[in-house]
Amino acid sequence: METSPESNATPVLERLLPDQPAVLGPGHTMGTVTDKITAIVLRRPMTLGWLGGFVIAFTMLNMLVLAVGYLFFKGTGIWGINIPVGWGFAIINFVWWVGIGHAGTLISAILLLLKQNWRNSINRFAEAMTLFAVACAGMFPLIHTGRPWLAYWLFPYPSSMGVWPQFRSPLVWDVFAVSTYATISALFWFIGLIPDLATFRDQAKNPWTKRIYGLLSMGWRGSARHWKRYESAYLLLAGLATPLVLSVHTVVSFDFAIAIVPGWHTTIFPPYFVAGAIYSGFAMVLVLAIPIRKFYGVEDMITLRHLDNAAKVMLATGLIVAYGYSMEAFFAYYSGNFWERFMFLNRATGPMSWAYVMLILFNILIPQLLWFRKVRMSPPMLFMVSVVVLVGMWLERFVIVVVSLTRDFLPSSWGRYTATRWDYMTFAGTLGLFFTAMLLFIRVMPSITIFEMRTLLPESKVQEEVAAHD
Amino acid sequence: MTEAPLYGLMAEFDNPTDLVQACKASYAAGYRRMDAYSPYPLEEAADAIGFHKTRVPLVVLCGGILGGTFAYLLQYWINVFSYPLNIGGRPLHSWPAFIVPTFELTILFAGIAAVVGMLGLNGLPQPYHPVFNNPRFSAATKDRFFLCIEAADPQFDRIQTQRFMESFNPRDVSEVAD
Repeated sequence: METSPESNATPVLERLLPDQPAVLGPGHTMGTVTDKITAIVLRRPMTLGWLGGFVIAFTMLNMLVLAVGYLFFKGTGIWGINIPVGWGFAIINFVWWVGIGHAGTLISAILLLLKQNWRNSINRFAEAMTLFAVACAGMFPLIHTGRPWLAYWLFPYPSSMGVWPQFRSPLVWDVFAVSTYATISALFWFIGLIPDLATFRDQAKNPWTKRIYGLLSMGWRGSARHWKRYESAYLLLAGLATPLVLSVHTVVSFDFAIAIVPGWHTTIFPPYFVAGAIYSGFAMVLVLAIPIRKFYGVEDMITLRHLDNAAKVMLATGLIVAYGYSMEAFFAYYSGNFWERFMFLNRATGPMSWAYVMLILFNILIPQLLWFRKVRMSPPMLFMVSVVVLVGMWLERFVIVVVSLTRDFLPSSWGRYTATRWDYMTFAGTLGLFFTAMLLFIRVMPSITIFEMRTLLPESKVQEEVAAHD
Repeated sequence: MTEAPLYGLMAEFDNPTDLVQACKASYAAGYRRMDAYSPYPLEEAADAIGFHKTRVPLVVLCGGILGGTFAYLLQYWINVFSYPLNIGGRPLHSWPAFIVPTFELTILFAGIAAVVGMLGLNGLPQPYHPVFNNPRFSAATKDRFFLCIEAADPQFDRIQTQRFMESFNPRDVSEVAD
């Protein structure tokens, strides 16, 4: 077998700068990596902390059931929406949740293609985060239709009514974009899980646990032929999911950009929506990763290096978002368009200027703390900045949806918007749904990809020089 | 022992280098019906047992082409023939608007093809496989590496093959019942 001179070098995991934390703590072998991650699910008893978190999240989930149940009973009139603000919280929350999902796909697909192997320990729960965030997001357009039981009308199917969807509408594009995104995310997540579920099957002691994981792992046995096809399929899925990262939020931004409402009708929307999505998504990754690594003692697998890298991605995308805001202001001035100018002045100084001021503070000014290495290396500080960014990104969508709609062209059609308690309950309820699903996921599935963690170990490499003597 | 039908002989290694060496030697000795098992993807092992090309990319390509063509033709047929609507005077065949669903369905079909194709070519889900009869095999998903030479190989000989496999210094060589 021919070997290139590079491959003869002794396997080095990575070259670290002085005082740079490693991707994987020292002293691990394949056995310890496997044991540590499987123990979280298979050996660890249920803790009071987990139970407490679950009770809170599950209570909020029940609030969602209540709010949505009453909505189905009464109709969307229980929300604060009315003409001129017909979108309100439903669309704000939809865009916010879809955006959060993006970081998961970015981590699992784009960073895989770029061979950023530090992603290996955070990609699994980031993918789960994507899945649950998209589930929360997908709910809002459905319940916003007012008659969610007729939502299947949006799909092109040969109906007895003889009508078809109107494909020139961005709302129909949304159906395709979000349903494709949800499907591909679920497939990607499940395919990644198969080898780890096989590990669970083989490590489980309880016969029923063994059977359930055995069923889910579909008889995976780690055959070299299987791995080859698996790697091929996984890489191709990553390649297919990569354009989705950019396209989903682009299509979501079309919902706005295709309209003629001042403040929506701009070409900067697609790139700045995508950047904002990744920004809020990484914030959510940090909000999840920081407690997980602490409470489950996996600080040697999700290291400060991961937090540092995620914070840098946030800083970069946050600056793109800041550029987007400044361009909006600049276009409003430079276009010479009266309505655009008015829209911007109304945002910054109108009756809802508090939202805009907070948005600038939360999304642009406070995150500048991330320039400091001290902040990036401090999990509590990072956690707080991430929460601030999540709130800021929600406010961004609030400003875009509500402020533009309350005052569009004719003062005679202006209005005000106040959310009702049902709006708040629905939003808090989806947070409950999200955290309930995340907490259950951590308890029953490997939240860190075991087989990819094994490849991070130097012992996983085939020593070529020995083989060459053969 | 000898009466039970035999699936093959399985050697266990504790590092990937030994496994790949054993695979190469077995392939060189003329064995073909064999498989290597590892707890993470090991490209070298697949190469060593002579498995170089997969058809997964072809399946994905077919899925993508099918999805894209289907989506575009569906929209074209709906908006031009089956249910024409005048939306702001735009042409019925307004192709730029059709790009988004076309793109999405290309990705969707290709992605489903990747998953279904991979599982189908791998013969999964497969609830039973003889290799699981070896009690040591449960470590194949943890930190051990296995090479199994199947009894169906024309060169397979119960005694000779066992001797041959023992020459690799494995941790263990055991029979796998069918």
